[in-house]
Amino acid sequence: MQVTLRIKRFNPEKDKEPWWGEYKVEAEPTDRLLDALNHVKWYIDGSLTYRRSCAHGICGSDAMQINGKNALACKVLLKNLGQTVTVEPLRAFRVIKDLLVDMEVFFEKYRQVKPYLITHSPQPEKERLQSPEDRERYDDTTKCILCAACTTSCPSFWPNPDYVGPAAIVNAHRFIFDSRDEGTEDRLRILGAADGVWRCRTIFNCVEACPRDINVTRAIGEVKKALLYRKV
Amino acid sequence: MIQRYDAVIIGAGGAGLMAALQFPPTAKIAVISKLYPTRSHTGTAQGGIGAALGNMEEDHWEWHMFDTVKGSDYLADQDAVEILCREAIETVYDLEHWGLPFSRTPEGKIAQRPFGGHTREYGKAPVKRSCYAADRTGHMILQTCYQQCIKNQVHFYNEYQVLDVLVGKGRCAGVVAMCLATGELHTFHAKAVIFASGGCGKFYRVTSNAHSLTGDGMWVAFRRGIPLEDMEFFQFHPTGIYKMGILLSEAARGEGGILRNKDGERFMQRYAPTLLDLAPRDMVSRAMYQEIREGRGIDGRNYLHLDLTHLGEEVLDKKLPDITEFVRTYLGVEPKTQLIPIQPTAHYAMGGIPTDLDGRVILDEKNTPIAGLYAAGEVACVSVHGANRLGTNSLVDILVFGRRSGRHAAEFIKENDWAPLADNPDSYARELVARAREGSGKERAADIRDNLQDEMMEKASVFRDARGLTAMREKLGELQERYLNVKVEDKGDRYNTELLEVLELGGMLDLAEVLVESALTRQESRGAHFREDFPKRDDTQWLKHTLAYAGPRGVEFRYKPVTITRFMPQERKY
Repeated sequence: MQVTLRIKRFNPEKDKEPWWGEYKVEAEPTDRLLDALNHVKWYIDGSLTYRRSCAHGICGSDAMQINGKNALACKVLLKNLGQTVTVEPLRAFRVIKDLLVDMEVFFEKYRQVKPYLITHSPQPEKERLQSPEDRERYDDTTKCILCAACTTSCPSFWPNPDYVGPAAIVNAHRFIFDSRDEGTEDRLRILGAADGVWRCRTIFNCVEACPRDINVTRAIGEVKKALLYRKV
Repeated sequence: MIQRYDAVIIGAGGAGLMAALQFPPTAKIAVISKLYPTRSHTGTAQGGIGAALGNMEEDHWEWHMFDTVKGSDYLADQDAVEILCREAIETVYDLEHWGLPFSRTPEGKIAQRPFGGHTREYGKAPVKRSCYAADRTGHMILQTCYQQCIKNQVHFYNEYQVLDVLVGKGRCAGVVAMCLATGELHTFHAKAVIFASGGCGKFYRVTSNAHSLTGDGMWVAFRRGIPLEDMEFFQFHPTGIYKMGILLSEAARGEGGILRNKDGERFMQRYAPTLLDLAPRDMVSRAMYQEIREGRGIDGRNYLHLDLTHLGEEVLDKKLPDITEFVRTYLGVEPKTQLIPIQPTAHYAMGGIPTDLDGRVILDEKNTPIAGLYAAGEVACVSVHGANRLGTNSLVDILVFGRRSGRHAAEFIKENDWAPLADNPDSYARELVARAREGSGKERAADIRDNLQDEMMEKASVFRDARGLTAMREKLGELQERYLNVKVEDKGDRYNTELLEVLELGGMLDLAEVLVESALTRQESRGAHFREDFPKRDDTQWLKHTLAYAGPRGVEFRYKPVTITRFMPQERKY
């Protein structure tokens, strides 16, 4: 099948403003959008720039707007996209070049929530025990691959880049609800601040955007409840 | 631009991050990675990390050691394997203490499952040794190690591509890397350098490897006269998604999955009567190629089926959720009711930069080290995997030897000074970049890469012979010539990923040559290296490691003895 890609291009070394590039690609319906982008870069215009690595939805490198919705380019198949596909960089992050955006702000917010196990009690010689039920409690939020699809799909984040954002909250949730973690107070304090969880207006864009099918809004809700009732 | 550090680590996967965590806060270190750390390929490992915890059935590190040695077709250095299997246990507990979300038994202990080649009582029957977190074990390991690095405030240089290592007079002085964001070359003057840059699967058409895995540490070292060990041994994992190469974990077979040919037969019965579908990967891949050759591929074509239909919803949803999703997303197949098209996929480089037990890079068969240079993980060859690696052993390898090399380097920097830097230390890297930008433009990089990948798949993959390998040697000569005419069209400096891909391609051509020459020289079959013209293992002539050097007239060879301690080489049957 033939697919036309409309890709938003921008090279600050050359361009004053972004412009639309149009590229016709012969492809299989089962090809990933990433395969089509690679085709453009390898055979038509080598300067097309984007991040990618694992090509199967695990590393989180290639989150972008595809036909107006955030997704991983390597998880979307051409047969589900239509004859013309619009490809743009993620919203609300500074565009560095074409589809490659500044991820520093995103990782800064992630670091803010202290995303590592905090324990005060002495370590056992072998593993800390954790029941399957306790393990299940935080399973959803362990799946986060830090792709930024959720945070950049959030209408509360767009006008307010100080909002810590859904991804940071998901990663805090992963520890708050991990029975082995003893840093709940620290994290709740950070998330209870003005630009913490309370910016969330329960819009649900994050749930739609998440390529790992994490129920982000629910996780944020659970953190809100933990803040309100100081019970985890 | 020149920067000074006590130590720099190249690569931010499991091995690199683990190494970084071994340094005290007083040491000035940095991790240099071509990707953001959580994009590293460690994150895609699925099935589990092997350690003889004995949580669900009796197990001992000595059994694990035997399985690994036998799995390696007796080429692994047994002193290294002993360390791997002993230290695996405390490594897994360390991970759990850092918060890794392992799947759990009803008693709350770390859950373990069977995996290919892992047995109890020296080969009697499969044993539950793979410690897992659903089928996302690698993701959890990468995240947990990165979290610890954040806690320890490790400094990262993200999206820097290493282009050269500075070695001379038996010492390492640092590396030169290109900052992808600006295009600038940075010289990192360091007392110690640890390469943890991963494998090189991208020179094959069908591979489980990420686009970024172009063997960078290997070709950077090779070009500076450092040998590469055992490069002929490249593992093909039996179950990659047909045509795409996306990995479906061996855990699927660990949970009971079965491989079937066009007649629906469980063909592994004929090739490995005891371990069946959980025989080591090299044997299963060969069996699959054989079935396909003899016309029993599905519809007579070059793929077979993985049958998970009998595993039940509970197992698929809870223990294999990610691979269930891959199959649904990429194939439109429902694993609960349908058979999955699979074929062997290029997966793992057993060979690499040779090191001793502490990760120090060595120059020859006498284990002469280069002071201040280390390697750990898939880029290295200790050798713990010999001619074939068992599943779950790579995650152990990267963490155990990442830790050992980090610890040794942390001591080294206390007691040693910087090696002097030559004038213009980045001149070679500048030259590389200039050549790529100023080529004639008569050739397109993608065409050369396509050719390389297709030909390697056909002539240097699971089954090899002198004719095919010699033809591949000639093809590589032709591709190297054509490569000189590639030109980077993107004239920019910032994030010039076209330039990056051209530099990577040059490296892959070098590594392919090392693999092919090593495969031609080794006239026997062992582990993953199968020669149809020399189908038997020949311990008398070939129980030794290959060391390949860049010589004036091509690749030159020396050989290194195998360290045998507990297990005398036997015939390898399962």
